[in-house]
Amino acid sequence: MRLVRVLVLVVGFLCAGLPLAWMALSSVKERADTIAQHPKVLPFATTTPAPESLVFAPTTGSWSELAVVHAGAQASFWEHLGNSVLIGVLSTLCSVVLGTACAYGFSRFRVPGEKDWLFFVLSTRFMPPLAVVVPVLLMYRQLDLAGTHLGLVLLYTVFNLSLSVWLMKGFLDEIPRAFEEAAMVDGYTRAQAFVRVVLPEARTGMAVTAVFCLISAWNEYGFAMTLNSSGAVTVPAYFAGLAGNIEGMPWPQVAAGAIVFVAPIVVFTVLVRKHLLRGMTFGTIKQ
Amino acid sequence: MSAPENREAFVRPPALELRGVTKRFGAGASAGRGARALDGVDLVLGEREFLVVLGPTGAGKTTLLRTIAGLETPDAGSVALHGRDARALAPADRDVALVFQNFSLYPSATVRENLAFPLAAPARRLSRAEIDERVAWAAKLLHVERLLDRPAKKLSGGEMQRVAIGRAIVRRPKLFLMDEPLTNLDAKLREELRVELRELARELETPVVWVTHDQAEALTMADRVALLVDGRIVQTGTPEDVYARPNSPLAARELGTPPMNLFDVERKDERWITADGVELARADAGAPERATIGVRPEHVLLDGGPSDAVVHVVEDWGPSRVLFAHVGAHALHVLAPRDCALRAGDRFRPTFDVRRVVVWPRA
Repeated sequence: MRLVRVLVLVVGFLCAGLPLAWMALSSVKERADTIAQHPKVLPFATTTPAPESLVFAPTTGSWSELAVVHAGAQASFWEHLGNSVLIGVLSTLCSVVLGTACAYGFSRFRVPGEKDWLFFVLSTRFMPPLAVVVPVLLMYRQLDLAGTHLGLVLLYTVFNLSLSVWLMKGFLDEIPRAFEEAAMVDGYTRAQAFVRVVLPEARTGMAVTAVFCLISAWNEYGFAMTLNSSGAVTVPAYFAGLAGNIEGMPWPQVAAGAIVFVAPIVVFTVLVRKHLLRGMTFGTIKQ
Repeated sequence: MSAPENREAFVRPPALELRGVTKRFGAGASAGRGARALDGVDLVLGEREFLVVLGPTGAGKTTLLRTIAGLETPDAGSVALHGRDARALAPADRDVALVFQNFSLYPSATVRENLAFPLAAPARRLSRAEIDERVAWAAKLLHVERLLDRPAKKLSGGEMQRVAIGRAIVRRPKLFLMDEPLTNLDAKLREELRVELRELARELETPVVWVTHDQAEALTMADRVALLVDGRIVQTGTPEDVYARPNSPLAARELGTPPMNLFDVERKDERWITADGVELARADAGAPERATIGVRPEHVLLDGGPSDAVVHVVEDWGPSRVLFAHVGAHALHVLAPRDCALRAGDRFRPTFDVRRVVVWPRA
């Protein structure tokens, strides 16, 4: 039984780890090595190796070239990463704050038609978002939101809001009402009680919700590509844009950039991993 | 010299005054339908009075306290605290303390933080030193000084409840509201805290509304008992009044273990006789023709009565025995001395202590 468990874990780890390892290897190759016919997997060569050899000579050139503006792009990787960070963090912040506020209302007050409203909120997730990319594009052009940070922040906030409301409602429902009621009788206003008593208890829930929102905004590609191909380009759209580049795809630089791009998500997820499972099973656990 | 003082004492309003308080819940509550949790409750609480509201589960006890605290808004009726209409006051502005039944403390905070929490409210503007001093005072009063730096979730049930009560007294409110604060504790601890808290309330000279379904709490702690059944106050009075002179069969049923024996009877000359012809006791000549009579189990003697009764079960209650018997077709509880020799199946002739029989006229 234990052996099976270990085996499953090893296989799972390989599946998850191999792409990352390949990215890491590619980031220290020359471009020629990344597209060589024979795979190059061992970064140990000191002299020029034979073309069929598994060995290649590692270089850190691609890492320093992250600051280079490639042909066909408007800015360096770092600037695009800046766009991603700005848009991802702002939209996550908005989603979590608005979602928490909305969920608190549903959780604590008698809202007429509460179930219908909550279903409506959920139903906004039923449609694949990309189905509305054209109307959104037309609207954004009209409003001059295409190619701006604000445009994507708004869009990602709206997309993540339903998830955020539902997740936060699950978490807030688990915090006894008596927590705030005691505070209110003790001399706090509802707003003060919310800040002093509810928010500290909801911290983990908000962190989990933030991870989900951040991942979805961080990785979003379709809208970023369509709406923001010319300005405030995020990293996924930037990488995709390099593909049509006259110099050919700069694979080592893309690999290096991808590692940088993935790192914060991995760190963030590892930090709140204990609570992620509870977030994903929201609404199903009731004490 | 003493005239103004007297006048002031005369006009001093009660600590709490409820008039016709009604609260409905559930579907259509706002339209005047829905289940009634409180139905026209009138209640007056004097300065320093210890009032116990006794009622079964679902009688509306918790709703009553929540309405007084301002956590619920009554659909009808008025709530006044020390003569001030409280309906427009937020819970924070009512200066009452509420000890919840199912919540006592913030689990992740220490005892000290929990005690300081009510004092640290922004509206209160107490200095750090004042807060520390009051926390120390409350901790001493409730004997929890050595627990101050322990996280609340590491306390035992009894310690938790002490600290919860500490949270209530620490800011010296004008009124305590206690929602079954001892219910979740074991019997021994309950008895101990009962005595302690009664003393504490007296020392603090603060009025208390104490809600419970435990009649021992009601009879031992209360200056006055209010019986709450189905959202209505059916009787208020001293424990002695409510126990010895229930004002209705409903009130009689609510208080007493084993319960009061109740019979629907008619008066034939000077005898109480049930509809199926069982003679129970002597009646006064002036008594009503049709009545419900009640007699407590401890006021039933084991012989000399007019009719036969059969013992079904004998329960050993320690200091006494309880006989579950039938007289005719009617159930009869008798509290007998421990040396009572009657066993299941035995017959006896129960006599009601006529001075203790309570008579309610019946239409």
